[in-house]
Amino acid sequence: MDRIVILGGGVGGTLVANLLVKKLRRRMDRGEATITIVDASGEHTYQPGFMYIAMGGERAEHLKRPERSLLDKRVTLVVGEVEKVEEETRLVRLAGGEVVGYDHLVIASGSRILPEEIEHFEQEAHHFYSAEAARRLRTALDGFKGGRIVIGIASMPYKCPPAPLEVAFLIESELRERGLRDKTEMHFCSPIGRAFTIESVSEMATPILEQKGIELHTFVNVEAIDPERKVVLSLEGEEFPYDLLILVPPHKGAQFVIDSGLAPAPGGWLPTDRHTLQVGGRPNVYALGDATDLPLSKAGSTAHFEAPVVAERIAATVEGRTVAKKHGSYEGKVMCFFEIGDGKGTLLQFDYDHPPKPPRPNQLWHLGKIVFNKTYWHTVPKGRV
Amino acid sequence: MTETIATPTISRTIDARGSFCPGPLMELIRAIREGAVGDVLEVYSSDRGSKTDIPKWVEKAGHNLIGVFERDGYDAVVVEKLR
Repeated sequence: MDRIVILGGGVGGTLVANLLVKKLRRRMDRGEATITIVDASGEHTYQPGFMYIAMGGERAEHLKRPERSLLDKRVTLVVGEVEKVEEETRLVRLAGGEVVGYDHLVIASGSRILPEEIEHFEQEAHHFYSAEAARRLRTALDGFKGGRIVIGIASMPYKCPPAPLEVAFLIESELRERGLRDKTEMHFCSPIGRAFTIESVSEMATPILEQKGIELHTFVNVEAIDPERKVVLSLEGEEFPYDLLILVPPHKGAQFVIDSGLAPAPGGWLPTDRHTLQVGGRPNVYALGDATDLPLSKAGSTAHFEAPVVAERIAATVEGRTVAKKHGSYEGKVMCFFEIGDGKGTLLQFDYDHPPKPPRPNQLWHLGKIVFNKTYWHTVPKGRV
Repeated sequence: MTETIATPTISRTIDARGSFCPGPLMELIRAIREGAVGDVLEVYSSDRGSKTDIPKWVEKAGHNLIGVFERDGYDAVVVEKLR
């Protein structure tokens, strides 16, 4: 009996489970293999939609579905919070005292946002990394009558790297439409020496920032927020006054991976092989998605392209065969749409060896993103694309 | 730069080899936040971008770049925390 346990029911975990069923269906039906997903909420959330709650009239209820509804009936779903992985005994301990044994472990536990790590963040700053926060940002934008908007990134890494630039571009378009652009100063603060981590994307985005009159500030690492003076202070010694502050909150990996000694504190990102996706050289432990320490976007797209590799490698072990050439090694493939505003978008497609060459922004890529968002439930989690 | 100056006493070494831009810079920033004024921090980086990115950040942040030293397959960037 091979017990495959997947921790996390997001894009990566759900897709690995369904792809494994396709490969191991007969063994599962004979009782020789089991697949179990452990998920804290039992609900699958389409997180890229959060930004559209703030920017595009999306509703939170459209972004959630029961995890059970996305899984093949052969997969067992356990709803519970993981407390610890015990490698010696191959056990996963849950908060309620339940224990799940494994032979093969997939860690798809994503990342956590921690606004509380910056004092006054929750009172002063807006973000769009939860449905509730995105709704609050929408309300703040509705009430905005002009002033100084500061958009920044509290620390790296964070989920969906293009999102802060997309939000800057979309807000700029909206303010123009509402006749508020002349009354608004916009500032985009990047923690590194350019607008975006990948140089070619930075080269594409920087002229757009200029054209839209959004001032770019580089090497801005948020140190503190002064709520009295309405000022963001950077580690580098600069001050940015704001009327509306939008900050990507600090992110970390799941606490249990730190507590289990699988990932180093304080970040909690799992040391993951860039091709095999095995964790710290362990032959039976894999990671994918936001949970890894790979130098790639923390995005559903990354998990989407990693999942077939994890599924193939585990299936090969279970079946006692060599890993198939197709999907045997992850080459860093990521693909995501990038909103530019004014109904236009572009596409970022890259891998470890090929940086993105974003096409000229047009309406097609914007529509592509909208269509992808709407069809996600029927395609990605079920392994249809 | 060659290693011709006296090597200062290193307070903390951050081994960011294998990490890609901006990983080594982010590791240095974390160490600067955690360290005390006067600490000398050494970052090992195998990412070529660090050679230029880290000195630019150090200048903007008002710290002292002691040097960028080429080692066997990686660079050691040595920074003194000044404030």
